[in-house]
Formats: sequence, C-alpha cells, structure tokens
Amino acid sequence: MSPADLQLFLTALGETAIMVGISGLLSLFFGLPLGLLLVMTDKGGIWTQPAVNRVLGGAINAFRSTPFIILLVALIPLTRLIVGTTIGTTAAIVPLTIAATPYYARMAEMSLREVDHGLIEALRALGATRWQIVREALVPEALPGLVTGFTVTLVTLIGASAMAGAVGAGGLGDLAIRYGYQRFETTIMIGVIAVLIVVVSVVQFAGDRLARSLDRRR
Amino acid sequence: MPTVEIMAPSAGSVAIPRIRTQQVVGRSAPQRAAPIVNLESVSRSFGSTVALDRVSLEIERGEIFGIIGRSGAGKSTLIRTINALERIDTGRIVVDGRDLSLLDEAELNDVRRNIGMIFQHFNLLSTKTVFDNVELPLKLAGRPTTERKSAVYRLLDLVGLRDKAAVYPAKLSGGQKQRVGIARALVAGPALLLSDEATSALDPETTLSILRLLKDLNGTLGVTIVLITHEMSVIREICDRVAVLDHGRIVEQGPVWQVFAQPRTELTRRLLRTVRPPLPEALQQTLESEPLPEGRALLRVGSSEFDQYSAVLAALAQSPWQARIVHAEVDRIQGRPVGTVTFSVRYLVRDAQRTLCELLQQQSAEVEVLGYVPG
Repeated sequence: MSPADLQLFLTALGETAIMVGISGLLSLFFGLPLGLLLVMTDKGGIWTQPAVNRVLGGAINAFRSTPFIILLVALIPLTRLIVGTTIGTTAAIVPLTIAATPYYARMAEMSLREVDHGLIEALRALGATRWQIVREALVPEALPGLVTGFTVTLVTLIGASAMAGAVGAGGLGDLAIRYGYQRFETTIMIGVIAVLIVVVSVVQFAGDRLARSLDRRR
Repeated sequence: MPTVEIMAPSAGSVAIPRIRTQQVVGRSAPQRAAPIVNLESVSRSFGSTVALDRVSLEIERGEIFGIIGRSGAGKSTLIRTINALERIDTGRIVVDGRDLSLLDEAELNDVRRNIGMIFQHFNLLSTKTVFDNVELPLKLAGRPTTERKSAVYRLLDLVGLRDKAAVYPAKLSGGQKQRVGIARALVAGPALLLSDEATSALDPETTLSILRLLKDLNGTLGVTIVLITHEMSVIREICDRVAVLDHGRIVEQGPVWQVFAQPRTELTRRLLRTVRPPLPEALQQTLESEPLPEGRALLRVGSSEFDQYSAVLAALAQSPWQARIVHAEVDRIQGRPVGTVTFSVRYLVRDAQRTLCELLQQQSAEVEVLGYVPG
C-alpha cells in the first residue's frame, strides 16, 4: 500500500468518523427524548397520552420503513434547508441523523420499558414529579440498556454511512466502492473491510464494557 | 371438613357497635382524635371486575392497622387508594384532614410526601447506594444537603444499617433491603406508613425481625402503620386492629384479639387455621363430615374471656349430653388470653348442640362445628 493509498484511508476514516460521530450524538440527543416520550405516553405510563403515543409511533415507523438510500435522496431539499448544501460530509449528516434518530428512539424505548414498574411506583409513592421519575429512576435504571442501544445504533450508522458516498460525502464505504469496486483495486477493498471490522469491534467492545460497568443489578 | 356457623346472623351484626365502644374507651377517650385515614364507601372497578365495593374504614392515629385477605381480594388496590396511586370511582378518602378527591396532582404529591410506603419486592433503585436510596425522598422534596445527611444517618441507625451506607442494594440480603426500604419510607418523617405485603418475600425469621422493627418504629416515631398481608401470623404479631377483605368488601373488622377469639365469618376462620394449632392427629383421623349413629359432635369455641369458662364448665358437668373437653389452647394476643376449646358432645341427645351454643354465646363466644367422631 502506497503512502497515497494510506492518505486515502486516513481521509476516509476521518470522514466516516465525523459522519457517524456527529449523527450518532444527534440521534442520541433527539432519540432518547422520543424513546422516553413513547414509554411515558403509552398505556400505563407516567404520562398516558394515547393520541401522542400513536402519532409518535406512526412517525417513527414511517421513517424506519424507508430504506436509507431512498431517505438520502428524498431528504435533499431538507438537507439544503438545514446545512445549505446537498453534497459532502456535512450534507450526509442530515439524512444519517434522521435515519438514526427513530432507530435509537426504538432502542431507548425497549430498555426504558424494561425498568421494573415497581420502581416507578415507589417514586410515585414518594411524591416524585414526572420529571423526577425520569431523572432519578427511568434513565439511571435503563442506562446499561441505553448504552447498549447506542452502541448498536453507532454500528448501524457505520454501515449506513457507506451509502453516503452517493451524495459525495466520502468515508470508508465510498472508498471501497470507488477504488475497490469500480477501479478493481482489491487491496483497497480488503483494506476497507479490515478497517471496518476493527472499527466496529472497537465500538462494540467499548460499548459493552461501559454498559457492564454501569449495571448495578448484580 | 365442613364448618357450620351455628350462631344466629343477627348476633354478628349487633356485636359491631359493642366493639367500637370498647375501642373508644380503650383509646384514651373522651376526646377522640380525628382518624388519620378515613375511607367512606370507597368503590373501584376495573372493567367488569369490582376491586373495591363500598369500603369504609377509619384508621386511628398511632395504631397498626392490618388488612388481610386472599390474593385478588382487593388489598393492593385498597392500600394504593390511601396515597392516591390508585384512583377511586366513588366514595371519599380523607388523609390527615385532606380530601384526596379535591386535590390536583401537585397537591397529591404533597400528600404522598407525608406517607411512606414499603413494598413486597422492596423497589430500591439499583443504581443508587443505600445512602442515596434513603436520601431520595428528601432530595425529591428539595431539602438542603446538610439536613439530608443527618436525617439519612439517623434512619440508617434506626434500622441498623449505618455500615452499609455506601453499598449497592444488589449486595444486600432480602431483610436488609427491606430495612433500607423502611428507612427510605420514614426518612422524611411521614405520619403514615403503608406496607404492601412487605414481608411476603422474606423467610419466617427475617419476617419476624422486620415486623419487630416496624412495631418498634411505631412506638418510637409514633408513625401510624397500615399494612396488607395474606398471613394471619403477621396480623397477630404486630397489629392493633384488623379488617378482613373478601371480594372487595370488608366482611369483618375489630381489635385483633377479638377477631382471633371470635371470628364471625367463614373466611376469617379459614385464615385463622394457619395460626391455630391443629387438632391432635388421632382426633383428626377419626373426624367425619357426616353425623354417625351413637357418635359425638366436635364443637370448637373461640373466646377471649376464659374467666367465665368456670360457669360454662359447671353447666356442662351437669348436662345430659356428656360434654368433654378434647382439645384446648390459649395464647396471649395484645395482652389478652385468646384461644379455643374443643368439646365433644353427644349430639344425638336432643337440643344438646343448641343448648351448648346458647350457653356459650351468653359468654359472647362463637361455636364452630368441626365434624363428627365415633362415640
């Protein structure tokens, strides 16, 4: 592998890291409240609102059922509105965030639902407000699951970011398509796969470690 | 084993005002303080299932009040109405002078902060240490940190867990977890403690230590305790008064010694079987459900007024139906002798059974037919 190839790899890795990192954080920022809202507004939740729950669930399903490559192009007008451009790494962050947010919302919903209902009842019996229940019981008790869900979301984002090459966003996937596939440079193809395996393994390992260290139920 | 209630139904209903009167006298009358909890004809249904059916209760300040019933009797729903975790369809609940139906959510939270609650499965936050769990109610109420710390340690001392302050609940035994639950429930100094089957997940020995702790705290802190349980042994151990709940209705209530001595319903008698010693094996084996020719009937009498038994025994000695005492046990509950005496009588002698019942009921006892044995 030549120094030029190495430079390609580093640039691509950097672009992937930026796309996945920023859209990951944004999906956490928006997805967690949505997940909370899904659990709280559901029947038997601490803020039962069947209408809100149905609308929210429907919207999340709609986004989740659209394949990312379609979302990527379908959202071009929105992307232009938000970041002012429709090509490049920054432009890819918008559809990536919009795809990952409902995904993480469902992940968060799952782990928040698993919090023992008795704990919520204990907090209610102590006169806790809804916000206090969320802050003191729901989120802390679900934290290991929320971290695991975030890890899965990041790994999924790494996969989805490969398609972001379609809007000229660069990244590892784009490198593999353009050099490895279209120019028959098998070393680059294999190199990208190897790097992706390492990156995903590191993310997964770190996520699992963190989740385990947060779990006090043992 | 069939049991027949021989006592006339009217006798049961007239007994209620008498119990009330006794209790008022016993509780430093003449000026009776307002009850801390007052339920007036409270009903609650889930779909077509009636969980509570016109339940009325008065819980006095400082007492330990037990509610017993089988699973599905509505106990959980009932106790949850007191801190408004469960809303009611009709009726009225007044807690510490405040009518819960007139309060909004914020005001209800205020009421709840003055009511502690402990649970069968403890419901401690796994992500908080023992200290943080106990501190939580004070934190929720926005009390200053310095005040919190001293209050938490005071409660941890009371429940004997000061050395576990920095430990997470997962490292504690069931009994220790419940002690943390009790500390958390009482740290903000509530006037009332609700106990939802708090000892049902514990072994008998731990149960006893938790019950003793509750009794102690009732004495030292003066906190009123309302507990629900399906175990008569819990009622007998610490309660002052008991209500028996069946299919959402209160079928019997009174001071514990009285309900133990003279259960008025079949359900209560069945619940009491677990705490009453069984008949001797030999007697049990010969027991039949149908009368035998030339046989005898076994009648069990519960009482708390054994000093009057001499008269009964004298009458029995002269009776034509050859009454014999075949089994007896006397216990002390709330400082009173409470127990049962089982007679065998020649039931074929006309009117023997009725006469005995009449005789014993003059002593306000209750007669239960256990069965029949060969003569």
